Amino acid sequence: MLRHRNLVIGAVLALAFLLAAVVSLFWTPFDVAEIDIANKLKKPGDSIYLFGTDHFGRDILSMIMVGARTSIAVALVAVGIGMLFGVPLGLAAASRHGGVLDELIMRTNDLVFAFPALLIAVMITAVFGPSAINAIIAIGIFNIPVFARLTRGAALSVWQRDFILAARVAGKTATRISLEHILPNLLNLLIVQGTIQFSLGILAEAGLSYVGLGAQPPTPSWGRMLAESQTMISFAPHLALFPGFAIVLTVLGLNLFGDGLRDYFDPRIRRGSR
Amino acid sequence: MKRTFSILIAAYSIFCGVANAARTDIVVGMQLEPPNLDPTAAAAAAIDEVVYANVFEGLTRFASDGSVIPALAKSWEISEDGLAYTFTLQSGVMFHDGSVFDANDVKFSLDRARADDSTNAQKQLFAGITDVVVVDPATVTLTLEKPNGALLFNLAWGDAIVLSPDSFDKAKTAPVGTGPFIFSKWVQGDRIELSRNTAYWGEPAKLDKATFKFISEPTAAFAALMAGDVDAFPVFPAPENLAQFDADPRFTVVVGSTEGETILSTNNKQPPFDNKLVRQALAHAIDRKAIVDGAMFGFGTPIGTHFAPHHPAYVDLTANSSYDPEKSRALLKEAGFTEGFSTTLKLPPPSYARRGGEIIAAQLRAVGIDAEISNLEWAQWLEQVFRGKDFGLTIVSHTEPMDIGIYAKPDYYFQYDNTGFQALITDLEAEADPARRTEMMQQAQQMISDDYVNGYLFQLAKTGVANADIVGLWENSPTQANDLTAVHWK
Repeated sequence: MLRHRNLVIGAVLALAFLLAAVVSLFWTPFDVAEIDIANKLKKPGDSIYLFGTDHFGRDILSMIMVGARTSIAVALVAVGIGMLFGVPLGLAAASRHGGVLDELIMRTNDLVFAFPALLIAVMITAVFGPSAINAIIAIGIFNIPVFARLTRGAALSVWQRDFILAARVAGKTATRISLEHILPNLLNLLIVQGTIQFSLGILAEAGLSYVGLGAQPPTPSWGRMLAESQTMISFAPHLALFPGFAIVLTVLGLNLFGDGLRDYFDPRIRRGSR
Repeated sequence: MKRTFSILIAAYSIFCGVANAARTDIVVGMQLEPPNLDPTAAAAAAIDEVVYANVFEGLTRFASDGSVIPALAKSWEISEDGLAYTFTLQSGVMFHDGSVFDANDVKFSLDRARADDSTNAQKQLFAGITDVVVVDPATVTLTLEKPNGALLFNLAWGDAIVLSPDSFDKAKTAPVGTGPFIFSKWVQGDRIELSRNTAYWGEPAKLDKATFKFISEPTAAFAALMAGDVDAFPVFPAPENLAQFDADPRFTVVVGSTEGETILSTNNKQPPFDNKLVRQALAHAIDRKAIVDGAMFGFGTPIGTHFAPHHPAYVDLTANSSYDPEKSRALLKEAGFTEGFSTTLKLPPPSYARRGGEIIAAQLRAVGIDAEISNLEWAQWLEQVFRGKDFGLTIVSHTEPMDIGIYAKPDYYFQYDNTGFQALITDLEAEADPARRTEMMQQAQQMISDDYVNGYLFQLAKTGVANADIVGLWENSPTQANDLTAVHWK
């Protein structure tokens, strides 16, 4: 158990926020949409509000819980988009290694990769207006080349293995080999990378919300909570501390979890630690 | 030893002398940078906030209390029938480029502003003028179609300043006026610098140099004031920070009034808002106190109509649209919206709009109206809401003085079309008798309040923060201006 300390700490942190998000679907201590000016800017623990209230008198604990939901939903779907498009593209490129298709896919990838993600987000919101959906699309597009590149690189080395040669001799097509033999060998890698991308997605969502391009009010979001607390930080620091800690702990947790998973899957490290 | 001592004393006194001399420069912070510097070519308030009374002057001008006083016109006579105004101009006035100011410049400027192809943002100010006649270099006569009680008031606006025919085309980037300050430099995105006009015709400015610095972020504005990079912020953008400045002896906080009626603008032509019952329901769903407390931290006076509470003709009509969610729900039912409805709430960047919008959306939700918020930048807001009229609701502060006349323009963005009201405003413009004018203004206030044209929220407060040693800044904002003529350090 101690060997996988990172994995355990990461899993606990990540699960805590996942749990908060799931619970918020059914129950929050207070209604996050209800504005109660008379109870504004209550300090944590001052009253029935555990984390205090914001400038509109909304309960911060409830907002953090629902904010976790927003973050997780956006990041999860964005990583999903990245995998859904990125992995097949990478497999296709690897199966036509050195061919025109390979070049085409990988150069397009480089193009998207070189493009700043925030710029894509600003462009999308300029055309379609700011919303959580558009934040998902922007982060998702940014995730595609990450998975495509990773998949291609790993797939290429699998293609060199003997059992692939056997499959080819047996007359299987490149597509079948990719799906039946290559992909299962990449799963560990993809899960690890997915976890890392998931944490980056949460950061990206917070960043976009901070500049006003993410989920729109009244949907709570950690990034927007931070942005709104800015002018009040000198007399009501709890407004910034709670969403700030939420972002830091979730991202830290997911990163530790991802690292831990990699160590766990890596046979060399496993053997070495024995 | 004795000599060293006396040198020390001399050095000390010189040093102290320098330290004690009052500063002669000022850095004034503003949230928005003007798009250009020609007040006769665009409506942006930021233009006047830099150049009005500092660089440019008109025949008349607003004093800090909102009264109209002589500027480039020394005095005037009004004919018996009220159709001819003869202005005697100040003598010895020169433009900043050294050319002499005379009646021809007045004629040029007014003719340019009222021309058919004029791009003046407030063209209606000059509507009744039929002719501008130069009698001699120091006298000019304006003839009117019909008597206009507001002419001197209209001429005091920033949009009616006098430009020289030689330099008017440079006004956008290098303005040449007659005022106590000369434009010296504009670093785009950062600041505008003015310097004292030593050849000024009137009482010269006390400051040698004035800098307007543009800081859009409230947090940055707070830091700049605290660090002393900015000496004054006449309209500080974050009301939540005022208590901190007030507690700090280095600063004075002055909360005054502005001409900014902050309203929940309603698209009167877009269903269901074309139904008066729905607009009335909207009005009763709004809790103004919660909005002033929540969005402005208590700064702002609730209003019940589109009129400034400090104006003598103001009528308090807030009771007409009192906070009554029960009544609101009943009215919606009567209008056929038992289940409520959804609409859009498009918000420009200022915090009164963004915060006020969230509070109003919550209040509307309580009566069953689902207002979907979208936050827009100013350019998007101008395009979609102001010009495109593609909105259900929006929140904005109308900062022009005495602007109830916008309700007489059926194609104005909230599209209120009432011929009775339009006739009333036409009559008001022609009326010269002060008592009758007051009566008509009150009638107009009542009319738009009874029609529930817009949701009337509060009068924007002028939340000014300045270094405690600065004297002479305007307390209130009777027009969009930062008049620095009388400003000096203690």
